[in-house]
Amino acid sequence: MSLRPDLAAIADAVPAGARVLDIGCGDGALLAHLRDTKGVDARGIDVSAANVASAVARGLSVVQGDADADLVDYPDAAFDMAILSDTLQAMQRPAAVLAELVRIGRRGVVSFPNFGHWRVRGSLAVGGRMPVTKSLPVSWHETANIHFCTIDDFRALAITMGLRVESAAFLSGGRRRGGALANLLAEQAVFVLSR
Amino acid sequence: MSATLLAPDDRRFGLNLRVMLPGPFPLVSGQSLAALEIGYETYGRLNADASNAILICHALTGDQHVASLNPRTGKPGWWPRLVGPGLPIDPDRHFIIASNVLGGCSGSSGPGSIDVATGGRYAMDFPVITIRDMVRAQALLLDHLGVGILQAVVGGSMGGMQALDWAVAFPGRVRNVIAIASAARHSAQNIAFHEVGRQAIMADPNWAGGAYPENKPPAAGLAVARMAAHITYLSEAGLTAKFGRRLQNRAVDNTNAGGFGFDAEFQVESYLRHQGLAFTERFDANSYLYITRALDYFDLAAPHDGQLALAFAGTKTRFALISFTTDWLYPTAESRRVVRALNAAGAAVSFVELESPFGHDAFLLEAPEMCRVVDGFLRAGE
Repeated sequence: MSLRPDLAAIADAVPAGARVLDIGCGDGALLAHLRDTKGVDARGIDVSAANVASAVARGLSVVQGDADADLVDYPDAAFDMAILSDTLQAMQRPAAVLAELVRIGRRGVVSFPNFGHWRVRGSLAVGGRMPVTKSLPVSWHETANIHFCTIDDFRALAITMGLRVESAAFLSGGRRRGGALANLLAEQAVFVLSR
Repeated sequence: MSATLLAPDDRRFGLNLRVMLPGPFPLVSGQSLAALEIGYETYGRLNADASNAILICHALTGDQHVASLNPRTGKPGWWPRLVGPGLPIDPDRHFIIASNVLGGCSGSSGPGSIDVATGGRYAMDFPVITIRDMVRAQALLLDHLGVGILQAVVGGSMGGMQALDWAVAFPGRVRNVIAIASAARHSAQNIAFHEVGRQAIMADPNWAGGAYPENKPPAAGLAVARMAAHITYLSEAGLTAKFGRRLQNRAVDNTNAGGFGFDAEFQVESYLRHQGLAFTERFDANSYLYITRALDYFDLAAPHDGQLALAFAGTKTRFALISFTTDWLYPTAESRRVVRALNAAGAAVSFVELESPFGHDAFLLEAPEMCRVVDGFLRAGE
C-alpha cells in the first residue's frame, strides 16, 4: 500500500511504538500504515460514519466525532503524537484545535494546503477567481475548507500561540522540497509542533 | 480443563440447557438467593487455549435463544443478523454463550421460580436485583463452563449495559466489549416509561400483589406495559412510514372519518394491541417488574460521584459502541457520554452512529454496517 505523499511525510515524523491519535483520520489509511509498519498504538477520530465503519473494520480504534467539539475529552499528553492531516482548514476554530492538539499530544503534527502557493496567488491575482488546483480541487462554494492559510500565516500563528516548530516538511507535485521559498513554491506543508 | 471442554458428550454444552448452581448467591441489595438457576445455550467449541469465548447478553425481554429456535414460541433466534454460521459472531470460530438474565422467565432464577423456603413461587418475595447481579450470575455460569477470560461480551440495549458492566465488574475477564444502542445509565425518561409499564401491570386486578396463579396472569396490564414500551423501540418516522394515519380494515379515504368508536380504528392501534397480546404469551409480568427495576437502578457513574471515566479507570478492555440515528430510547448522546468517559480513561474505544429509520429496534434488524463494524472489531482483537 502506498501512502499519499503528504501522509508519508507525516508518517516519517512518527516514532515507532508511539501512541498516536489521528484527528480526521478518514478511513484509517494512515493509522493502519502506522500500526503495520511502526507498531504504533493507533487511535482516530472522524466525522463521517462511513469512514469510521471502514476504519473500525480495519481493526482500528476510531471514534465518530468532531475535532471542533470532542478533543476536550482527552486528558493532557494522552498521546505521543496527535495528527491533524489536511483538516485544519476545515475547522471552525483552527487555533483552538491547534491548542488541543499540543495539549493531548506531546507533539502535534499538522498538514495543510498552502494558500500562498504561486498557482493560488496567480489564480487570484491574474484570474481574479478563487483557485481550483490539484491540492485544492473543490470550488469555493462546495469546499469544506473554511479557514485557509499560507505557510507564513501558520508560522505566525504558531509564534502567537507560543508553539515550538520542531520540524517542517514541504511538498510540491507529490514530492518533497526544501524550505527555501516554501511559502511560494510548496503546495502542502507538514509541521511538527510542541508546546 | 480444555480437554474436558472439547469432549463432544460434555452435557454442559448445547442448546436449551439449565444449571442449578449452589448458593448462597449474594445480591447488591444485601439479600441473597439460596441457589442460582441459569437457563443458557452454547454454540461452537471452546478452542484449545480457551480464547474464543463470546458472551451474548440479551435485552429486557430477550432470552438465551440468540441463534436457535425458541422452544416456547417456535420462533428463530433473536439476533439472526449477527450470530450464526458465516456471520460476525460465528459458531465455527467462536464459543458462544447466551444465558437468560437473573430475574428472567426463561429458565433463570426469577420471581416465577420456586422458593425452597416456602415451596411456592417467589412472586414479589424475590429480592430486587440489579444489572450487576445479572453480570455476576453470568460470571458464575462461565466458571461452571470452565471459561476464564472472555474474548468478548456483546449486547444491545440492556445487553449492552451488561456488556459495559462486565468491563467494570470483571476487568480482567473481558478483552473486548461491544455495546450497541445502549447507555451507561437509565435516564429520567427511561425510568418514567418503565414506571408506566409497571403501574399498568400493578393496576391489573389479576396482578394480585404479584401472587397471581400461572393460569391467571395480569395479561391486560402486561399488554399495556408492552404497548407503551414498544412505542419507545420505534421511531416516529418509522411508525409514520409503516402505518401513517391508515385505518384498520378500510381503504384510506378522507371522506370517511372512521367508525366513531373505540375499536382499533387505526392500523397503529391494531399493531400495538397485537404486540401487547403476543407479548403476554411469552413473558411473565413479575419478571417484567424486576427487570425494568434493575434497569432503572443502572448507573455506572453512581459509585464515582457521577464521574463515569472513573468507572473505567485503568481498563485494558477494548470497546466498540454503536448507536442509531433514530434511537430515542438510548440515543447517541448516551453512547457519546460513554465514549467520552472511555477516552478520558485512555481506553481503546471505537464508536459509530449508524443511519437507520428503525429507532431503537435497529440493533435487531438489518444493519449491514453494524455487522461490518462488529466483524472488523472482533477480528482485530483475535
